[in-house]
Amino acid sequence: MKIVFTSRGTTWDAPMDPRFGRTDYFFVYNEETGEITILDNRAIAETAHGAGPQTAQKLFELNPDILITGNGPGGNAARVLSQSNVKIVVGAGNMSVKEAYDAYKKGELREF
Amino acid sequence: MKIAIASGKGGTGKTTLATNLASRLAEHKPVVLADLDVEEPNSGLFIHGELTHQEDKYKMVPQWKPETCTLCGECQKVCNFHAVVKLANEIMIFPQLCHSCYACSELCPVDSLPMIPEKMGELREFKSGNLTFIESRLDIGQEQAVPLIAQTLRYVDSKYPDTNSKIYDSPPGTSCPVIEATKNADLILLVTEPTPFGLHDLKLAVETIRKLKKPFAVIINRFGIGNDAVLDYCQAENIHVIAKIPNRREIALLYSRGELIYPIVPEFQAELDKIITFIRNMETEASR
Amino acid sequence: MKEIVVISGKGGTGKTSLTASFAVLGGRDLIVADCDVDAADMHLLLEPDFKLTENFYSGVLAKIDQDACIQYGKCADVCRFDAIPVIDGRYIVQPLDCEGCGYCARICPTEAIVMEEQNVGDWYISTIKTGSFMVHARLGIGAENSGKLVAKVKNEAKRIAIEQGKEIVLVDGSPGIGCPVVSSLSGADFVVLVTEPTVSGLHDLERVFQLVNKFGIPAGCIINKADLNLDLTQKIQDFIQKNGIAPIAELPYDEAFTAAMTQGQTIIEYSKGELQQAVQQSWTRIQSFGK
Repeated sequence: MKIVFTSRGTTWDAPMDPRFGRTDYFFVYNEETGEITILDNRAIAETAHGAGPQTAQKLFELNPDILITGNGPGGNAARVLSQSNVKIVVGAGNMSVKEAYDAYKKGELREF
Repeated sequence: MKIAIASGKGGTGKTTLATNLASRLAEHKPVVLADLDVEEPNSGLFIHGELTHQEDKYKMVPQWKPETCTLCGECQKVCNFHAVVKLANEIMIFPQLCHSCYACSELCPVDSLPMIPEKMGELREFKSGNLTFIESRLDIGQEQAVPLIAQTLRYVDSKYPDTNSKIYDSPPGTSCPVIEATKNADLILLVTEPTPFGLHDLKLAVETIRKLKKPFAVIINRFGIGNDAVLDYCQAENIHVIAKIPNRREIALLYSRGELIYPIVPEFQAELDKIITFIRNMETEASR
Repeated sequence: MKEIVVISGKGGTGKTSLTASFAVLGGRDLIVADCDVDAADMHLLLEPDFKLTENFYSGVLAKIDQDACIQYGKCADVCRFDAIPVIDGRYIVQPLDCEGCGYCARICPTEAIVMEEQNVGDWYISTIKTGSFMVHARLGIGAENSGKLVAKVKNEAKRIAIEQGKEIVLVDGSPGIGCPVVSSLSGADFVVLVTEPTVSGLHDLERVFQLVNKFGIPAGCIINKADLNLDLTQKIQDFIQKNGIAPIAELPYDEAFTAAMTQGQTIIEYSKGELQQAVQQSWTRIQSFGK
């Protein structure tokens, strides 16, 4: 499975970013290959309006199976994401990326 | 004369003043009161009239026509507001973000984005004797107040061109909804309170109104609390303070119930009449 | 790290005065973010030193280079906001009317129009009277208030909180129901709704709660000036209960709030009476929620 986390940093220890639209980074983990890629989303801070759809579009292009985040995408972003098959899992806002992954595997997070 | 009631700070008494002023003026002549605080319109809680008209208000937004679209992505490129997103197989529109500039629609090489009306809010009109009250309300989820404020102003202008007294209850603050609500007024009344927050926000409001180069005056509400810093500031800046509404728990209580103040509290009526005299003097001056 | 956001829908309910009081009570355990950027007032109670100032840019405005302009006029034709009148034979963009859509710039045959980034305000990082930090901002007049500046202030506050291991970011939120409030609420762990027992207060509470509900964030409510109108206080209590909002406190109508503000103080520093204790209890309760 290809899993994307909204994060505030670039490592497994980095804290999760509870937001979606204005998340600092996408931490992308491919379970099969073990590969990790980082998408730097910090330029989104320059956007006054429409951050949600812009970020959602970037995620759309990554085409992940799972998105793990904190509160979940806002209305606009959710609309873009509904056009893809990504499963959105929330509740990891106060964890590190690693902790969020473990919690997800244990079924401790909930679906959006 | 078009009179806008504004303030820097929220909660100073704009709506209290707007509703009481309009009602008092309406005792003798036709008055239009419009609530332009479209995110949180409250004037209607104090005015009890008969609903005479209701209409949905629309803004123009693009709609995607998949049949003729070539997915060139030009629309996304020309939208400065990120309201148009090109995904793998579709163009997605975000109407709340759209500013209705028509760029995507008119620059689309294959005419696949016609503009269509989308509901953004509602305008309702009530009548109570001489008073016509117009309230516009932005739908929850709509993010832009300015288009609805602009349309409400046009509605008032076109439907009541001959009504002399028009009062506009503006939104609080100093950002663009306030500019839209006040930029065509003949007189702006700034309502403040004699506290540090009131003074700080009054200064911002004065700076804003001065940029519009409109005549304005100040009304101090809840006079008696706080200190004299607001009075000192107005004096130093040569700003006319035309009324000082006293701080009375009775006023707060009547307001909390949604009742007009001036029929019950004589001190309030006295200050209100000072404001009316000021307005009349300005009207006389203007007609010379 | 927990994010607590205080909003009110309606102005004048005491949101800022209360948030400042919580800031004083929280002291060095928290970082303060004043996200009420259109007429921000918290700094009047917390003695910030404006240690760091940064310009804030948002949005663009069209500007016509008169030397390159050939008076073609298409810019004025396409502009939906009537922002390009002809003055003394020249096409001049009116800044107060320009929406920054950029359509005119795209179609000008001589490329005489540039879209200029607007410095619409400043944001600051200050040390405040408690020894802790506050991130705040000042939005310029006539500027478009968007989620961007609010997001900037919050982000900086969170960054500092993480760096310094602070447990709480306390946010003074924006009024209304538009973009700035949405941005204030995004990422919040708990929302404090401050209201007053007036028809306007209840009306605006209902509207802003719709937004809070959409985000699914747990919320609590403080009814300020609660003894002003017992009828309305009851109606608000009913609303709170029906909607799963936690009751935090009911504070009496007390002019000590204003007296304190006039001295540049929060109620916590000003008096040791009943009101101060009630505010203290509110803060204790708020901290126990959202856990």
